[in-house]
Amino acid sequence: MSQEVLVQVRGVSKSFGGVKAVNNISFDLVKGEILGIIGPNGSGKTTLVNIITGFVKPDSGKVFAMGKELTKLEPHKIADLGITRTFQIMRPYYTLSAFKNLIVPLYSPRVKRASGGKLGDRDAVAIDLLEEIGFERDAFVPYKLASALPQGYLKRLELARCLALRPEIVIADELFSGLSMSEIATMVPIVERLQMDGMTLIMIEHRLRELFRVANRVMVMNFGEKIAEGTPEEVMENETVKEAYLGMEAVV
Amino acid sequence: MGIFALLALIFDFLTNFVGIVNLGGALFIGTGGYISGVLNSYFGLPLVLTIPIATLGGALISTLLLLPCLPIRGIYFAIVSLMYPLMLYRIIEALNIFGGTDGISALATFPNIWVDQYLIIAVVLITLFALRRLVNEDFGLVLRGIKDNDQAVRASGISITWYKTQAVFIASAIGSFAGAYLTHLYGWVGLSLFALDFSILPIAATVLGGMGTLVGPVLGAFFLTPLNEILRAFGPLRMVFYSLILVAFIVFKPEGLMNYFQRKYHQFEHWIEV
Repeated sequence: MSQEVLVQVRGVSKSFGGVKAVNNISFDLVKGEILGIIGPNGSGKTTLVNIITGFVKPDSGKVFAMGKELTKLEPHKIADLGITRTFQIMRPYYTLSAFKNLIVPLYSPRVKRASGGKLGDRDAVAIDLLEEIGFERDAFVPYKLASALPQGYLKRLELARCLALRPEIVIADELFSGLSMSEIATMVPIVERLQMDGMTLIMIEHRLRELFRVANRVMVMNFGEKIAEGTPEEVMENETVKEAYLGMEAVV
Repeated sequence: MGIFALLALIFDFLTNFVGIVNLGGALFIGTGGYISGVLNSYFGLPLVLTIPIATLGGALISTLLLLPCLPIRGIYFAIVSLMYPLMLYRIIEALNIFGGTDGISALATFPNIWVDQYLIIAVVLITLFALRRLVNEDFGLVLRGIKDNDQAVRASGISITWYKTQAVFIASAIGSFAGAYLTHLYGWVGLSLFALDFSILPIAATVLGGMGTLVGPVLGAFFLTPLNEILRAFGPLRMVFYSLILVAFIVFKPEGLMNYFQRKYHQFEHWIEV
């Protein structure tokens, strides 16, 4: 794997009131890898994602990607660079049908630029994309209203919304949570295929077993601080991690 | 009547398809009306020029005024938008410009009754069908996306402020046209263009007709305006009856007439199938 660094996070901190949600975090994201970020609830994972994607401005520290300083850009400018994210709380465009949900990203300046104005029929592109990600066209699932879709499909729709943008980096915030085992079993190959297609992913997860299956590198956070980083095997052996995170299971 | 229909249309469009709750319909009426009045009176421009200029100019001014408030959402935007017409009212009153409290009178009116009656009906219909089409185009889908989840739209690389600005511009152009039309209908422009009526009645019409249907608000306006005139017979009690009808609707049929009939229609169709 080439060691081309796509995103550099340097000493990022953010407090809400007196709570340090993210405290002096630094890491690199290498092109083509899947970086897992794990940590107990409230350890600042989602805040970190919000900082990288520009939804929250950090108190200190900087994020660089593609020669730009992300911390100075608006969220839509960052998405325009090809860094996109899913949201932990899924709120699709409820009044629209599933494939119409994808028209919004397909209408974005980034896609217009990438396709050179020759995207063809946006509806057809959207339906193809949904079918690829597991919406059965024969059962007319892409045509259903987003408000009528079950959880598993909403997660996929959320991911499809990111993929429609033809991103370089996808930040998946708890993609597997709230899904049944069988739904996860179909999600894992999708993630693996994304990596094979050359996409770089950051995955925030609570489902450690599935994450360790796909991730190349794992970073562990607790109370806003990075407590460990390494391959899944290294992290699992790490004593501080066991104590902070996995240790709780041993007690139970 | 047509004016209230137009205002109700843009209120419905902004609220249910863009997620901007704009309570200041009088802002559009006032800016459009005053621009066309001033152009006609001070510069002597004919009616065919003043109305288009007022439509675009009023849209521009209204959009510029509302632009700083676009990032704020929901009830906060609603209050700011309600403030604007009242603010302009006081400014004109205090500075005594554009005729002050008396307004500008003796403006050009429409050549005959056919033009002034049919023009507004045509415009209402064109606006209705144009907006209906717009909200199902790709551009309109982005606007509806902003209403449902603006964060996801931003994460899709689309500037929500730019799209909201465009939506407000479209809406204020329609509103300003209504204002310019009103000015030339009466041949007079005055402070009452900023009155609360133009902000509140369209909302009532939208509630009555049905939120998010676009055609509902037009029907609501066609129902409420004559009612308003009939109730005039009751004198000061008019507002009481008026409010009672509105309260009744909000309590018993909050979905509005149009949504109710649509639902019944679908049930009926289903019934035949079985």
